[in-house]
Amino acid sequence: MRATSTAAAGRPADEETPPSSGASAVAMDAPVQGHRGPMGPLRRFLRHHWYAWALTSPVIIVMGVLIGFPFLRGLYLSVTNATEQNIGRTIGENEIPATYEFVGAANYLEILAGDIGNFWPRLVWTVVWTVVCVAAHFGIGLALAILLNRHIRLRGLYRVLMIVPWALPPFVSAFIWRYLLNGQYGVFNAALTNLGLPAVPWLNDPTIAKVSVILVNVWLGVPFMMLALLGGLQSISRELYEAARVDGASPWQQFRHITLPGLSAVAAPVVLIGTIWTFNQFPVIFLVSGGGPGDSTELLVTYAFRLAFEGIGDYGASSAYGMLILGLLLVMAVIYQRALKRGGQAW
Amino acid sequence: MRLVRTGSVVASITLAMTACAGDNDTADGDREITFWDTADPENEAPAFEEQIREFEEEHDIIVNHQTVPFDETQDMFKTAAESGEDAPDVLRSEVAWTAEFASLGLLAELDDTPALHNPDDFLEGPYSSTQYDGSTYAVPQVTDSLALLYNRDLLAEAGYEDPPETMAELTEVAISVSEDTDATGLYLNPEGYFLLPFLYAHGADLLDDQAEAVTVNEPAAVSGLEDVLDLIADGGAVEPDLAEGYDNMQGAFRDGDAAMILNGPWAIGDLMGGPQFEDDPDNLGVAALEAGAPVGGHNYAAYAGSADLDAAHEFIAFMASADTQQAISEELGLLPSRASVYEADGVADHEIISAFEPVMEAAQPRPWIPEAGQLFEPLDQAYEEALIGESTPQEALDDVAEAYQGFLPDWE
Repeated sequence: MRATSTAAAGRPADEETPPSSGASAVAMDAPVQGHRGPMGPLRRFLRHHWYAWALTSPVIIVMGVLIGFPFLRGLYLSVTNATEQNIGRTIGENEIPATYEFVGAANYLEILAGDIGNFWPRLVWTVVWTVVCVAAHFGIGLALAILLNRHIRLRGLYRVLMIVPWALPPFVSAFIWRYLLNGQYGVFNAALTNLGLPAVPWLNDPTIAKVSVILVNVWLGVPFMMLALLGGLQSISRELYEAARVDGASPWQQFRHITLPGLSAVAAPVVLIGTIWTFNQFPVIFLVSGGGPGDSTELLVTYAFRLAFEGIGDYGASSAYGMLILGLLLVMAVIYQRALKRGGQAW
Repeated sequence: MRLVRTGSVVASITLAMTACAGDNDTADGDREITFWDTADPENEAPAFEEQIREFEEEHDIIVNHQTVPFDETQDMFKTAAESGEDAPDVLRSEVAWTAEFASLGLLAELDDTPALHNPDDFLEGPYSSTQYDGSTYAVPQVTDSLALLYNRDLLAEAGYEDPPETMAELTEVAISVSEDTDATGLYLNPEGYFLLPFLYAHGADLLDDQAEAVTVNEPAAVSGLEDVLDLIADGGAVEPDLAEGYDNMQGAFRDGDAAMILNGPWAIGDLMGGPQFEDDPDNLGVAALEAGAPVGGHNYAAYAGSADLDAAHEFIAFMASADTQQAISEELGLLPSRASVYEADGVADHEIISAFEPVMEAAQPRPWIPEAGQLFEPLDQAYEEALIGESTPQEALDDVAEAYQGFLPDWE
């Protein structure tokens, strides 16, 4: 019993050793196991990789249910005029028939024409928000990481303290910041007026409100960047710096030619993740400024939420918004990856 | 050794879990319903809680009383009710939400059920808000409207013994108080609902439901909004905080930083706990506004998908009964929705309730259309934009009118 199972498990590995194209592999297999008949490509594929598939299948099934199904449903809704009123449902004795219909690209066209929520100005603000936030996350995160990578006293304590913003649930931080930024009773304005300075309309002025929410998000996002970059820094070999010093390289040259290239393997993915997170940053905007004053700090994603869940929810248009956001991020990710490759993973 | 210990931990957890599950299943016929309450959790909910305990004892039904934030409940309830997950059996539904929920099929009809007891006793305004398409979908809990709440000491300091009666007088008093005292005259909550009295004073309204017309951007309404902006520009009113407008308004009035605010009976409990009124409740004055404010209030509604509608009916009947209303009004000064309760002991001579009598007389009815719950979202935003100068009053209200046309396509 034991011997056979070992043999069965061993065979696929043996067969795989000569790296050959599909066709020739089949040809080679056929004479060896002639009595079993020729193997189809599917069967051979399963035979080679069944173990991998068996291991990944729970994940694939869960992802399919949690991401695949909602995605397809969203894609479908985005080409219909579905709203909360016509989506159809049965609650207790009340039955509402589904009366929504296919409308093609109408939702997309209306959004791009600016008829549903000012798409273009909102996109501009979302891009500004993302670029400023990610640049600040990276810049400040890198500076702190370099600082904490040196041997200073209480380094462990600092490292723990720096993670606090990240460890707090975002809604807790959001409410603390709201309290700090409150126009009449906020801590910041109390401090300013005590110093004899004029109070600042932190969340009352469209431009200052934008600065305020960026400030909050930078505070929230730096720890993650710092942590990731600190890991990157620690993986750079000390010997490189020693060699550079022997060659008389200045600190800037060391930073430019050792630290940055050494970090790129870590930095590239975290900047990409950071960009996606920031682009879709929901709690900071929704809980700190509520998109206000007016709709000046509303991001694409918070607006899509409002479309779906405020008033009579417009599921069609909201799904179309979601698909547009996904499309924009995909394009961004592809361009980013290509740029990285073209630059040879260098900055 | 370690393995054994882990094993026993796992076993005990499993045991505990089955025990819990067993508890729920075998709770020998105890019925349980969930009630979503949007009342102020600190000042109002305890009084309701007391009544709920009484109901539980009388009826052998456990009520899971959850206080939910008023601002979010409209959307929260729709999401929960539509998905069928975690929706409450009974909801405290604001008057303007009721027709919307009913039109979406989320509420159970209450005609000819025990929930609707002695309907003729209900005041007409609140009762009309429970009707949709010829059927009753809720039972009135309380009624209310906005009043001018004023700090007598501060007004006296500026030389006014009586509260302003017209909007012109309000402006005058507000500016004098700002000039003559340390306080500002008025703190206006930057929300559309609180703007309505200023529109009403000019004879304007959001909609004309008789003529089926959108009237929010007519010249009269624009003048109303302009009045508010002038009040702020002339120093009569504080420039309101847009993110925390309501809380800052309450805080400013409690602390004596503002001499007047517009707010309803639900706010009195909170205000009475503040330094200006704690030891001197008479310092708080209540007056009607020139042309009144919108009729507000809350209803009890039953979720159509409730697993135990009978229990929900019993609960609503109990909570909306004259006895319960009397107890709650006596304690909180909320305005009952039943005419008979106004004559009851402890209510007839209640100071807050009598002070609100002229306020309710001046209150203006609102159209109870399914879209009524959506009117304030665009108005809130436009009001904010006008306040920060992003758009002129006319532009702001034109945007509102456009939004209204979007969901009232057949209206003028």
